Amino acid sequence: MNIVVCVKYVPDATGDRRFNDADHTVDRVGVDGLLSELDEYAVEEALKIVEASDGSEGEVTVLTVGPEQAADAIRKSLQMGAHKGVHVLDDAIHGSDAAATSLLLAEAIKKVGAESAWDLVICGMASTDGSMSVVPAMLAERLGVAQVTFGSEISVTGDMVSIRRDGDTATETVEASTPLVLSVTDQSNEPRYPSFKGIMAAKKKPVETWSLADLGVPAEQVGLAAAWTKVDASAARPPREAGTIVTDEGDGAARLVEFLAGQKFI
Amino acid sequence: MFELSREHEEFRRSVRDFAEAEIAPHSEAWDRDHHFPVDVVQQMGKLGLFGLTAPEEYGGADGDFTGLCVAIEEIGRVDQSMGVTLEAGVGLGINPILTFGTDEQKQTWLPDLVSGQRLAGFGLTEPGSGSDAGATRTKAVLVDGEWVVDGAKQFITNSGSDITSCVTVTARTGQSADGKAEISTIVVPSGTPGFTVEPAYRKLGWHASDTHPLTFEDVHVPEGNLLGERGRGLAQFLATLDDGRVAIAALAVGCIQACLDLSVKYSLERTTFGVPIGRKQGVAFQISDLAVMAETARLLTYKAAAIKDAGRSVQEFKQAAAIAKLYSTESAVTATRIATQVFGGYGFMEEYPVARLYRDAKVLEIGEGTSEVQRMLIARGLGLPVE
Repeated sequence: MNIVVCVKYVPDATGDRRFNDADHTVDRVGVDGLLSELDEYAVEEALKIVEASDGSEGEVTVLTVGPEQAADAIRKSLQMGAHKGVHVLDDAIHGSDAAATSLLLAEAIKKVGAESAWDLVICGMASTDGSMSVVPAMLAERLGVAQVTFGSEISVTGDMVSIRRDGDTATETVEASTPLVLSVTDQSNEPRYPSFKGIMAAKKKPVETWSLADLGVPAEQVGLAAAWTKVDASAARPPREAGTIVTDEGDGAARLVEFLAGQKFI
Repeated sequence: MFELSREHEEFRRSVRDFAEAEIAPHSEAWDRDHHFPVDVVQQMGKLGLFGLTAPEEYGGADGDFTGLCVAIEEIGRVDQSMGVTLEAGVGLGINPILTFGTDEQKQTWLPDLVSGQRLAGFGLTEPGSGSDAGATRTKAVLVDGEWVVDGAKQFITNSGSDITSCVTVTARTGQSADGKAEISTIVVPSGTPGFTVEPAYRKLGWHASDTHPLTFEDVHVPEGNLLGERGRGLAQFLATLDDGRVAIAALAVGCIQACLDLSVKYSLERTTFGVPIGRKQGVAFQISDLAVMAETARLLTYKAAAIKDAGRSVQEFKQAAAIAKLYSTESAVTATRIATQVFGGYGFMEEYPVARLYRDAKVLEIGEGTSEVQRMLIARGLGLPVE
């Protein structure tokens, strides 16, 4: 089974994250970045599926759209065990929204498929920066294949994929046949840590870099100008203000109740 | 400028992520309960940590010694007990069999050890012989094609866990022509009748590390369990000792780095008289010293590792290993004293990791050659006729 995994390079949530002053897009250049943690589950799921199905038969191709540093997201995926990488890189892509991203991913997946047919496209459930969760659905639409999102347990038998989806009030199990776009949650597996062997092996794995021209996508269909929405202004969240201290002078309980009632907590 | 390769730094990140997610949350409890976490040791095995330097034919990564030091440092940064479990698992469990074993012995023992699903110990130290390893009293006699082992060993790491597969022991197997004890090494499988793993020690630190006294009473093992050459047991052991010194130095670097990280964080959070204690020179300057120690110890340790990886002369490696071990471990003890001081009263409380580090650090100056032995080796390396 051949699988394409879409991954995103995102700012490290443990570091400082900010928007660019000029165009209010997420600053991906001046901050530490990494493979989105939610996409690690997608990579792991793909590796597990390929390993379970005669291993040598299938290949995992990891695909990203992003600036130069996004190569790190591919690198980490290759270190985990993916077989090859594709990086869609072009200055004109800067500022692309989910719709344009899904277009680029779809065209890149078609190009991957022209070389060797794929059975599954796996995405994370959301990115840890944008948190939109819409790219998998848009991607399936563009590719004209079925989609099952938010899978928490996946099993593959032949060309049938069984997916458990955990909702707030019910759990359902959905069956779908390949080709299929699938997104997986952070409940689906335990992503592996890259081993030293994996890190060394990744150095020799092929990574292709494709431009808009390689994909045949006109520049005016992507980027900030083509986005369906526009951010007019952005500002850092103001620092949290110091709380109110209620000093107990024998009437502490009553004053606490008064405070909580005033805030409509009780 | 001296720096590690990109791959080594990426590997550091991977081991750090693992250590912080899988080990750090449990370290306090394991230490308190003297619990050896077999499942996590095996997870370290799945990450390939025990097989870093082993050849691929036994499931290893065929990596370099520097990579192993990175792993020991990063595991040791969150848990010294797990750090020494890895250090001993590779240096004392795998390496003697890898270096001196026959093909059959390697096939028998290595795959499980390299994958980290089993552990092996190395029994050298005895009640009456530590630094003076030549005074070994445990003996092994060849009777009808079997070695019969009698004696006792102490402080043997990874020797009595649920996943220990064997212990390699040094034993007198006779006397050489000049009257000196002939010492050989013999592999004793766990569970062999007469081989008793005594109850674990009550140690000052390293509570989650598996350390036991061992006794051997009329223990029969096949003649083929002789590891390496008969009579070369001590020489063989000494040949692997320099690696162990650098590995312990790496463990010490992890300890110092932990002291530094914890102290920086705490001194920014903890306020006295309305300001973070990091504003006080008395605190800040001590933390500066921690940074100097971490940097210096790391440079010495990885320089020694680089000398080994580059295949430079044994003499050069020996000296670098002794210097790295001496400086890093003595600095680690000092660093834990500083860190507990920065934490003040909380530093004396077990729920703060610096208290555990304070107890764990001391043994670094003792194991794999005491500070005194290191000074002796360094002096000899300088050509001094020190005794």
